[in-house]
Amino acid sequence: MTLNLLLFLILAAVAIASALGMLLSRHALYSALYLILNFGTVAVFYLILHAPFIAIAQVTVYAGAIMVLFLFVIMLLGAGQLPPTKVLPWQRPVAIFLAAILLAEAVYLIFFRTSELPGATTLTPGFGDPEAVGKLLFNQYMLPFEVTSILLLAAMIGAIVLTKVEKK
Amino acid sequence: MQLGLFLQWIIKSGILLAIMTGGFAYVTLYERKVLARIQVRIGPNRAGPLGILQPIADGIKLIFKEELIPARADKFIFILAPIITVFPALVITAVVPWGETMTLFGQQVPLGIAPDLNVGALYVMAIASISVYGITLAGWSSNNKYATLGGLRASAQMISYELALGLSFVPSIMLAKSMSLMDHVQMQAQMGMLKWWLYQPLGPAIFLIASIAEVNRAPFDMPEAEQELTAGYHTEYSGMKFALFFMAEYIKMIAVSMIAATLFFGGYLGPFVDRLPWLGPIYLFGKVIILLFGMIWLRATLPRIRYDRLMSFGWKILLPASLLNVFITAVLVVIFG
Repeated sequence: MTLNLLLFLILAAVAIASALGMLLSRHALYSALYLILNFGTVAVFYLILHAPFIAIAQVTVYAGAIMVLFLFVIMLLGAGQLPPTKVLPWQRPVAIFLAAILLAEAVYLIFFRTSELPGATTLTPGFGDPEAVGKLLFNQYMLPFEVTSILLLAAMIGAIVLTKVEKK
Repeated sequence: MQLGLFLQWIIKSGILLAIMTGGFAYVTLYERKVLARIQVRIGPNRAGPLGILQPIADGIKLIFKEELIPARADKFIFILAPIITVFPALVITAVVPWGETMTLFGQQVPLGIAPDLNVGALYVMAIASISVYGITLAGWSSNNKYATLGGLRASAQMISYELALGLSFVPSIMLAKSMSLMDHVQMQAQMGMLKWWLYQPLGPAIFLIASIAEVNRAPFDMPEAEQELTAGYHTEYSGMKFALFFMAEYIKMIAVSMIAATLFFGGYLGPFVDRLPWLGPIYLFGKVIILLFGMIWLRATLPRIRYDRLMSFGWKILLPASLLNVFITAVLVVIFG
């Protein structure tokens, strides 16, 4: 238990530090690298929560596929240093305001709530195994799963059509 | 008990790392010897009997070389890149089974670090997909146009061939009804190799082609094409940092050979392995040696293919072929069970 807690605290510190690093870094490539570190840490969180399939999928899809394309585009466009000028001057006060609201809500929920929070669902052992996830996806959540795949197919065809050069 | 298990893991990880790094040294010698034979030369034969000390001599030479960092390079990433190139190559084979469970010192010891991991095949894909970062970052951080082009080519090529590589795992997963590589090998023992191959007729060929592209070996070594890119992504690297890239390439060769042997050539299976479990690692080793010979033979035989051909081969031939392969296996599994 204590070992798990210690691991969690270290990972949480890394996750928060990498998220901050991504936001504050003035270099697009370093931001992308911080984001990869963040995704990796989140994958380890899933592993601690006994969900190996989601953890590995997180690494494969986010850290392995999407971020490679991000890096590729950053390098291809030569988008190195960001200019120090503020592009959106109203963004910072709005962000601080929204963050304050979120913090107030969290404080209210943790310290001043009157009713009990709904209890966590009891989980069966092996709930995060690939077999269990697959059975859920193809039985209980069949329709949303198929709708998502059609949505992705439409997006893919759209991207191909939009980037295709017409030959005369 | 807990401590014993912990020690067992540390020892097995140490053995795997030692085999991989030692294997790297001797695969270089193996490649030079085989290439020399194919080109009717003798090959390295001066350092030690039959040139057996040549890798050690090469290592000592590389340690004492001067290390240069280009003035306008991004220094942090420049130093980081070789390290994150070697790391995936070293850990990717952690899920490959070396043999059945053995009884050693009164303990049940499974041969392999995590042979029965229930997401084993996906783990291999995940590590393969992050192995592109090292090369890409090395190319970018060198601040050299050849290196950057090499890094870009590497990332485009590895993303393209990863799809075919990932799809060539799917028929095995369907047949074994599991993602654990141990179950894949046991299913091969149960079905017999001929039936295993008939159920996925294109699988082995697709895996072998895509894996050669994935480790950037000839004839797919576009990222380091000498004629057009000097040396591609490692143009600016020297000394031990260059040696790390070299090491990553050869360790990846061993790793994909181990994975190919496990997925398509029976892994640790062989005559009498059910009675004598220690024969498992020896059979696996033999199969890896044969597959490595195939890779070296290809390098000696085929010229490098052009970059646009490489991409269109990956997307227009290999990807549809691997989808067809998955389809054939699915139909056969539905019909024959």
